[in-house]
Amino acid sequence: MKRTLITAAVAGIMAAAPAMAELTFTALSYRTGPYAANGIPFADGYQDYFTLLNERDGGIGGEMVNLLECETGYNTEKGVECYESTKGEGALVYQPLSTGITYQLIPKATADGIPVHSMGYGRTSAKNGEVFRNIFNYPANYWDGASVGIKHLLDINGGDLSGKKVALVYHNSAYGKEPIRTLEEAAKKHGFELSLLPVDHPGQEQKSQWLQIRRDRPDYVLMWGWGVMNQVAIQEAVNIRFPMENFIGVWWSGSENDVLPAGEKAHGYKALTFHNVGDDFPVFDDIQKYVVDGGKAAGAGDQIGTALYNRGLYAAMLAAEAAKTAQGIHGVSDITPAQMRDGMENLVITEEKMASLGLPGFGPSFNVSCQNHGGDGMVAVSQWDANAGKWSLITDFVQSDQDILNPLIDEDSASFAAENNITPGCN
Amino acid sequence: MFYREAGDFKTSYQDDNQTFPIKFDRYRYYAVLFAAFAVIPFLVNDYWVNAIFLPFLIYSIAAIGLNILVGYCGQVSLGTGGFMAVGAYAVYKLMTAFPDVSFAIHVVLAGGVTAIVGVMFGLPSLRIKGFYLAVATLAAQFFLVWLFNRVPWFYNYSASGQINAPVRTVFGVEVTGPTAEPWAVYLFCLVFLTLCAIIARNLTRGSVGRKWMAIRDMDIAAEIIGVNPLTAKLSAFAVSSFFVGISGALFFGVYLGAVEVGEAFGINKSFLVLFMIIIGGLGSIFGSFAGAAFLVLLPVLLKNVLVSGLGWPTDLAAHLEFMIVGGLIVTFLILEPHGLAQLWRVAKEKLRLWPFPH
Repeated sequence: MKRTLITAAVAGIMAAAPAMAELTFTALSYRTGPYAANGIPFADGYQDYFTLLNERDGGIGGEMVNLLECETGYNTEKGVECYESTKGEGALVYQPLSTGITYQLIPKATADGIPVHSMGYGRTSAKNGEVFRNIFNYPANYWDGASVGIKHLLDINGGDLSGKKVALVYHNSAYGKEPIRTLEEAAKKHGFELSLLPVDHPGQEQKSQWLQIRRDRPDYVLMWGWGVMNQVAIQEAVNIRFPMENFIGVWWSGSENDVLPAGEKAHGYKALTFHNVGDDFPVFDDIQKYVVDGGKAAGAGDQIGTALYNRGLYAAMLAAEAAKTAQGIHGVSDITPAQMRDGMENLVITEEKMASLGLPGFGPSFNVSCQNHGGDGMVAVSQWDANAGKWSLITDFVQSDQDILNPLIDEDSASFAAENNITPGCN
Repeated sequence: MFYREAGDFKTSYQDDNQTFPIKFDRYRYYAVLFAAFAVIPFLVNDYWVNAIFLPFLIYSIAAIGLNILVGYCGQVSLGTGGFMAVGAYAVYKLMTAFPDVSFAIHVVLAGGVTAIVGVMFGLPSLRIKGFYLAVATLAAQFFLVWLFNRVPWFYNYSASGQINAPVRTVFGVEVTGPTAEPWAVYLFCLVFLTLCAIIARNLTRGSVGRKWMAIRDMDIAAEIIGVNPLTAKLSAFAVSSFFVGISGALFFGVYLGAVEVGEAFGINKSFLVLFMIIIGGLGSIFGSFAGAAFLVLLPVLLKNVLVSGLGWPTDLAAHLEFMIVGGLIVTFLILEPHGLAQLWRVAKEKLRLWPFPH
């Protein structure tokens, strides 16, 4: 027993030894708790991409990457502990993967001069980089998602939604409430009727919401769910025989975990996404060769190619590219969080760049600037094929309705600036 | 040898009635206060304050509050999370409506608001007891969380329903917001905890506390000897909610800075604080501290040992944490059903006889 303990301790120290590496990234992940089923694939993808960079390229710009993982359990208090404990290690960027923790880190990280990348979650108005200097949410945010969801509905209805009924089933939290304003504006503009159905955390009990849907017979249902709530909602939709192709989830409601429990009946369910799906990209061969075959895959290694794994991979790729950009701007390889922020603000993602990374067509191409920390809001719709057991994109990446979103972003960021005495500007 | 009354002569009633009648105990108390007020503030950094001291101090206040209600007055409550939410939203409304007023005043007022709400939800306790009262307070928990989620006025109509603490000061020193100095927030919470503990301790030693305990031990007998159950029970609800409200206000304003009611003040919070006082010891101020320390500090310690020390995977460590903390709770409760406070009492008895136990 004692010997195993010592071995474990020695192994632990040896595993911790590469902490000498220079570029520190953090993964505030959740592999436990009510949202673990979704947290695990994301964390694996994030981790595997950095392992790949270390194994294949020797890190980023010659500097090895040290990835600190910290378990939050989607809990804000643990998130604070994680932030404070990794901050001192020189973490370059935070990706909290929780809207609650993001809201909390926005003022803290800004005061500490560390950038936060809330990719496809968090506070939407952080897109206005003149107010939120350290917060980034490229390539797309919830309001983009809501807007593109409505655009997709317009497309399949020949451009006219007047008189239609759309229901929003949402997680009753900061996260789930995000799209409401956008949808209300869109409802005004396009003349459809919007009904709101909140589901309380964690979302295992949705009978009454779906009963209401059965009674009101909305033409379309949008969903802002996370974790077990998604599976339950899709199952309930199956139970009331709601047509799956009229049921659209946001990107956090579009993973394999969400549709598999409902089996065949989930066929045709749609989900928004801001990156491509599947494992038909050259980078996955490298992951197989350098990471999986080397026995270095994160977690159980069984998530590769799933929707959320790809999202974690995409997040890591954007972080690594921002670090490369920062190294280029400042001419040093060992960058600081402030330099990382500059790298993120000048990040350019082009088709060629993605192709050279082994990810051709994986996401939209976009430029980040001081005024725009949120990219262009390009979102696609994917559909679940229960027979083949995989997602596929059914639209191109289309841009959200900027006429609706820009005034909302300006309004919300202005109120944040007023609350916190921030003078918007780029200096 | 260390801990004995012999030779410690009291020459006035005041001396005889003091909180710590034994000299050793008294000096230990002064030493703890000295360390907490004059040593720790110079040593702490962001991590120690935000990850360790603040949760400990704030949960201690909540545990003291709940202990008054459950431990001293015998009224089981599962509404702690909801009452903390009242404190948090009250302080948020106050600090945004009156930005120039000192934050300390806001916190006390938030406690007052919570006391009023607590009394309202305490009214059923006059009719129902035990588990049934627990269910009634559970209703308070769910109602309050629903209310703060549902009515936009409480979160100032923000898009997401989150509340964010703006920067506020006490005597010109920032205590909320991201730029507050660690020592300032630490001392701010420590002052509140010390005051709450002293007030609670003295209330429970006095006539009010004796009435509570009479009600707890047997309410009919208490009524016969002249304790008014209405005032006793409602005062317990008021005082308890006052403390819980203060802890909620500090939890939101000073510790987290941004709060979402369902996540931060859900039913889990009620259970957590209830477990703190059960593990710490019902009817003991020291027990409130011990329970809060046990449930706040142990997970952080385990995480640091397992993940940072041994380099284990985070998910394995998190699961082990549950098992170890859960196992320790079971072990403690089997070995000492009256909680950590009773262990401390037994230790003191042993110390009193040491080194010559008979």
